[in-house]
Amino acid sequence: MTGGEVVKEFQYVIQDPVGLHARPAGLLVKQAGSFSSKVTVESGGKSADARKLIMLMSLGIKQGMEVTCKVEGEDEEAAAEALQKFFQENL
Amino acid sequence: MERYTGKSVLKGVAVGRVFCYQKQDYHIEKEQIADIDGELARFKEAVETAKEQLTALYDQALANVGEDHAMIFDIHRMMLDDDDYLEAIEQTVKEGTNAEYAVEMAQNQFTQLFASMDDEYMKARAVDIKDISQRVIRILLGIPEDGVPTDEPVILIADDLTPSETVKMDKNKILAFVTVRGSSNSHTAILARSMNLPALVNTEMEPSEEWNGKVGVVDGFHGDFILEPEQEILDEMIRRKNQWVADLEALEELKGKENVTGDGRRIDIFANIGKVNDADAVLEADAGGIGLFRSEFLYLGRDSFPTEEEQFTSYKAVLEKMGGRKVVIRTLDIGADKKVDYFHLEPEENPALGYRAIRICLDRPEIFITQLRAIYRASAFGKASIMFPMIVSVEEVRRIKEIVEQVKNELKVEGYPIGEVELGIMVETPAAALLSEQLAKEVDFFSIGTNDLTQYTLAVDRQNQKLESTCNTHHPAVLKLIEMTVQNGHKAGIWVGICGELAADTDLTKTFLDMGVDELSVSASSVLKVRKAVRDII
Repeated sequence: MTGGEVVKEFQYVIQDPVGLHARPAGLLVKQAGSFSSKVTVESGGKSADARKLIMLMSLGIKQGMEVTCKVEGEDEEAAAEALQKFFQENL
Repeated sequence: MERYTGKSVLKGVAVGRVFCYQKQDYHIEKEQIADIDGELARFKEAVETAKEQLTALYDQALANVGEDHAMIFDIHRMMLDDDDYLEAIEQTVKEGTNAEYAVEMAQNQFTQLFASMDDEYMKARAVDIKDISQRVIRILLGIPEDGVPTDEPVILIADDLTPSETVKMDKNKILAFVTVRGSSNSHTAILARSMNLPALVNTEMEPSEEWNGKVGVVDGFHGDFILEPEQEILDEMIRRKNQWVADLEALEELKGKENVTGDGRRIDIFANIGKVNDADAVLEADAGGIGLFRSEFLYLGRDSFPTEEEQFTSYKAVLEKMGGRKVVIRTLDIGADKKVDYFHLEPEENPALGYRAIRICLDRPEIFITQLRAIYRASAFGKASIMFPMIVSVEEVRRIKEIVEQVKNELKVEGYPIGEVELGIMVETPAAALLSEQLAKEVDFFSIGTNDLTQYTLAVDRQNQKLESTCNTHHPAVLKLIEMTVQNGHKAGIWVGICGELAADTDLTKTFLDMGVDELSVSASSVLKVRKAVRDII
């Protein structure tokens, strides 16, 4: 390894009919905030820090859109796993 | 008398005095600040106060309207923790600007993020930004918290209402809401519905304080707000309001009661839904199950076919919500009249008689198989039934059953658990009704789609307003086809239901019971009304 950052990432297609609306966005911020890793959510060519509620909501993520979630940091394994579960259960 | 029209969010009637709520307005000037640290501290303190207010509002809303609606105040509190928002304000203050002005700048900047979106739901987020910003500004300016000072119950008129204003109002002091702005997705609308108050949003009017104390009427059935109604109209509205209140109370009492007539005959009353979340209203209305789950929502408003996984998630969500209650899923019912470009349907002269529904599914089995796989996979999570629309022949049903068998076998090989699934057909063509004796031997149930059955039997286009009088929904020919279908179904030992508007027509409830109909599937809002009609039969 030559200092290349290992980033955990996963894709998810939003199933919730209203998309990433206020309620799950708020829950996601809380979930992401419980880990020390940096969590980035990307969709439709835009991205936001998962701890920043307003930017997260402004992505305008709707049902059927694919989201890429990138997790980077010390607890990235655990964080990625927990977040993937979060998306499956809430979105 | 003045009449204004708005978008109704709750079908109800209110009569009472009008009160125009105007927020204590403020005007902010940009000022130079010398003590920047002091100003930053003042801003931080204001944010803390705002968060305390929101916590109190959350608790209040939790007690009054439940967790779902209280959540918004939790979200607002989290928005006040948002680094981007706070940093934008602090940056402006550090440049020597007063905090009030800095918050207003951030408000404008962040509101624009959402206001430019094409989605109603996202647009409503702009209101949230405004709400939190104004809360902080008011604290900075020392303006007391918003509230509506009322002694007697009023019809509340406002330009717009924030969620916090709405929830803080004493429900006993409000008869109805009428706002100039707002959408049916706004929190005000949602709260009005949860408090069961008539409300109009998006109303074309210019409220003035001169209206205060005048008598007004809110007619949520027609979306009208009438100021100073003529005596005759007022009397009529009071009568209708009393009727509405009495009906509501009477219907509420029917929750948990059986659908049984005075002479002991029973019928199932189910509800129709068009999307996953509609299932909440079905449970709320105490329906026995879902008699028609239209699957079109999965296909509309997008540019590619929904995947098996997407469909599976939606069906599973509804089945789980409904617990063990029956859910009848109707397969794709789309034709050239719907805008689904990715289906590549040719424009047609007469889409109602064209390439649609089961005809597409049998011609392009890959679309059909994806849907069937998704439903069968979801069937492990509840009590699913499937029905097929636009059937005209026994051969179609046999072909469908072959495909279904193939799907079930594939899923078993792949190791998916599947539940017991009843297969039925929509009887919505005269052909299906006339062949019901043979068709009944092939399926587990019939569901009579009265809208299309009427249109095809009477050769009347439902959309054509000139034909409204010809389109007699109680036409003896239609009723005869229904009766025949019920008899043939019962002869073969299968159940027969009615979905479609006629099922909720309480003038026919007795007729249907007499025919022996087993199930009526109606809109969630009609469930209790039909239950009442059943119970009123002696």
